[in-house]
Amino acid sequence: MAENLNDQEKSILQKFLDENVLFLGPDPEIMDNHKLAPESAAETRALAVFNDADQMNLVRHKLQTACNESFDMVEQMGAAPGAKWGDLISGVWTASGDLALSSAGGVLLFSVLTQHPVKFIIKYWMKEPTVGVRPGDIFMHNDARYGNIHNTDQSVIIPVFHEGELICFTGAMVHEGENGATEPGGMPSKAESPFDEGLKMPPFKVGENYTFRKDLMTFLQNSVREPKLQLEGMKSKLYAAMRMESRIKEAIGEYGLEAVLATLRRTLTSTAEEVRRRLRDWPDGTIRQNVFPDGTLRENVLLRLRLAMTKRDDELILDFRGSAPEFVNRANNTVLASCKGMLAQEFLTFVWPDLPRNQAVFEPMTVITDANSALNCSANAPNAQSMMTFFPSFTAAQLAVPKLLYSSKFKATDVVSGWYNMIVTFIYGGLTQHQELVGNLCADLNGMGGGARATRDGEHSIAPIFAPMADIGEQELIEEETPIMKIVPNRVMRDNQGFGKFRGGHGYQQIATVKDSALWGFMCCSIGSKFPSTHGIFGGYGAGTYPLCKVKDVNVFDEMKDRRELLRFSVEEIMNERPFKDASYSTHHMGMQLEWVTSGELYMLTQGTGGGYGDVLERDPSMVVDDYRDGLISKRTVEQIYHVRIDEARKAANLEATAAAREAERGKRKKLGKPYAEFVKGWETKHPPAHLPFYGSWNDPKLIYRGTPTDTCPADAMAGVMMPDPKDVRIAQLEAKLAQQEKV
Amino acid sequence: MSTRVAITEYLEIELNSERWHCRSCGHDIASARENYKTGLLVYDRDPREIHAPILDETKYEFTYAPDPTWCRIVEFYCPSCGTQIENEYLPPGHPLTHDIELDIDKLKQRHLAKEGQ
Repeated sequence: MAENLNDQEKSILQKFLDENVLFLGPDPEIMDNHKLAPESAAETRALAVFNDADQMNLVRHKLQTACNESFDMVEQMGAAPGAKWGDLISGVWTASGDLALSSAGGVLLFSVLTQHPVKFIIKYWMKEPTVGVRPGDIFMHNDARYGNIHNTDQSVIIPVFHEGELICFTGAMVHEGENGATEPGGMPSKAESPFDEGLKMPPFKVGENYTFRKDLMTFLQNSVREPKLQLEGMKSKLYAAMRMESRIKEAIGEYGLEAVLATLRRTLTSTAEEVRRRLRDWPDGTIRQNVFPDGTLRENVLLRLRLAMTKRDDELILDFRGSAPEFVNRANNTVLASCKGMLAQEFLTFVWPDLPRNQAVFEPMTVITDANSALNCSANAPNAQSMMTFFPSFTAAQLAVPKLLYSSKFKATDVVSGWYNMIVTFIYGGLTQHQELVGNLCADLNGMGGGARATRDGEHSIAPIFAPMADIGEQELIEEETPIMKIVPNRVMRDNQGFGKFRGGHGYQQIATVKDSALWGFMCCSIGSKFPSTHGIFGGYGAGTYPLCKVKDVNVFDEMKDRRELLRFSVEEIMNERPFKDASYSTHHMGMQLEWVTSGELYMLTQGTGGGYGDVLERDPSMVVDDYRDGLISKRTVEQIYHVRIDEARKAANLEATAAAREAERGKRKKLGKPYAEFVKGWETKHPPAHLPFYGSWNDPKLIYRGTPTDTCPADAMAGVMMPDPKDVRIAQLEAKLAQQEKV
Repeated sequence: MSTRVAITEYLEIELNSERWHCRSCGHDIASARENYKTGLLVYDRDPREIHAPILDETKYEFTYAPDPTWCRIVEFYCPSCGTQIENEYLPPGHPLTHDIELDIDKLKQRHLAKEGQ
């Protein structure tokens, strides 16, 4: 504001500026702050009269039950695969916008994100004469840049009033799937800008008097491939929000308004206090962890995500500076708020699952990043596939936490190794056998392999890293609705194990095809085909790498009509034995943009394993034999990884021979291993190798590499990376080949 | 009364001497104020030895095995008993990670004070 204006002129100018904002974009004041709002006057008054811990506990349980009830409602009513199998959450926000309680199950990382859109509504729409916030209003939102995971998730939020006063908000968020993006299914890895990602809804009003506006509903339905799903998803979320509103009014009727206000506020502050108390039990210090996502989904590149996690007294600082830059025309960028949500997931599910599900769990934590980096991207970078960077950031934290938690006296759970972190499934789009246009995903991505624990093996295909109580869906139901047939739906894969004293849980393989559709496409969106995405802890090994396998130029239904002997039940057998004579067999990284499929062609994916825990030579030989007997591992793994010898006659471990084999292996290690200083001398290089498309810092977190050893930028002036179209790259390769041949 | 604090499955810190020790054999590894890895043996392993190719390498580019030109497994062994204390999955030549750097003074304060020492 000009310095030479008098107070009146300044006031007039400020009023003009306030009333003439050209565009209410994401507000940094809201988006950069994940802390609790200050206690309001109403909350202070309420806490003065309602502060009995036992009574508060009763009210809290009533509200928690309301959250769980509404969660169940959406899960039962929802039409999207994500809704049906638990990829949702429902909750209650305070009148200041803090999420105080949410459903116990579902996608808990929403817990640390959903306050942003509510706070936007409070800040901008409450006093805005063209919008306003009144009883019965319905708001909606999906854009990650205003606080969300990615824009395939949609939320419905309603304000709750009592005697004319706003007392809280209720609502639900669901991974709906379809949103009109450039590819079906809501997670377009082909997006080159935010405008390729479909609906981009800042928080806005879509209904009044508990009724959706027909014109806006029509607009939204007209913007997506599944208009019926759009309507149905919004309705189920609204009814869940309304049910919670009823339960809150019942609680007010039973205990009084102050009871509800005080309980919501105290739940937040006591959760934050409890997290601080638990953090004080951890040793002070810094833990460092690197992870290396190996693709953008359109090409294989190597990103470095660098974490220095410092615990000091009762706070935890997660410093990701020195990580890879953003890719301005790739969808694998993360909005910082989404990153915080995913990091909070580690603590909500894997470290302190006994705490109330609310945003205060993350309150004592601080996240530091470089601006315009892969974990804190600019508003102009697409982010629909942010999971490709924020899942690995979660893994970095999950691998770091045990190094502080192990020596802590209090543990709410076991110490756990890296959970498998990728969404290995098929996203689909096209015409169903019922002639309906659809786009969505198969919920079997929810079957990630569990990490090994300090006391036991990890579970097979147990749960996704982002939701503790989600399910993988029933194949029969999928086949009723879509033309997808899984020749082999969910079968664990041999040797797909994070080896260790305790092993990670296996992931499953799935072999899919299409039947009875004239127009059908698959895409898939995972990384980890060249560099493992999940590691082990304390000497345990991580996951392997996973390809997308295809068998094209075949119709397996025709081939197998009279020759059932051609059927194979594993990717390994199909790809190595090649039972279909004239078919073409190929492998690829797991980032496939939408590809049209002909009936009977095979697309095959494998879920990875959770990381192993501890030295493989300490695994109980009988557990190795059990895994071998169960077909989970091969003889090679028994002998060359675990160094166990089996007495074939007794089908049991030969303990004497095993002890000798393991002693020999220990001796071999001592022979092969070099002293640290000597090893470093021969190992470390000044720059990333020239053959690696490497993005991020190498030995200096302040210097960022951008794909080659000579292309660098300072970390505090990060320059986003623009990638060439993979098709152009391929054309150039083929042209060069052609030119070479022409020369000959 | 123990003055050793277990930090990981295989590492502990002896508080009075401020030294890292192997929990499997008791070997004295390094100063607790330094990177414990400096006292271990280190080996650069081809990741295919652990995550063996499942698909035929002669036929396919992606085989379920990590690409050894992109990823190496750096293994850290106790020089005394050969226990694999830690490993890192790293691109070739990538600086090794000083992963655990604890505030030793605070650690001593907490544990020794608690034990009345």
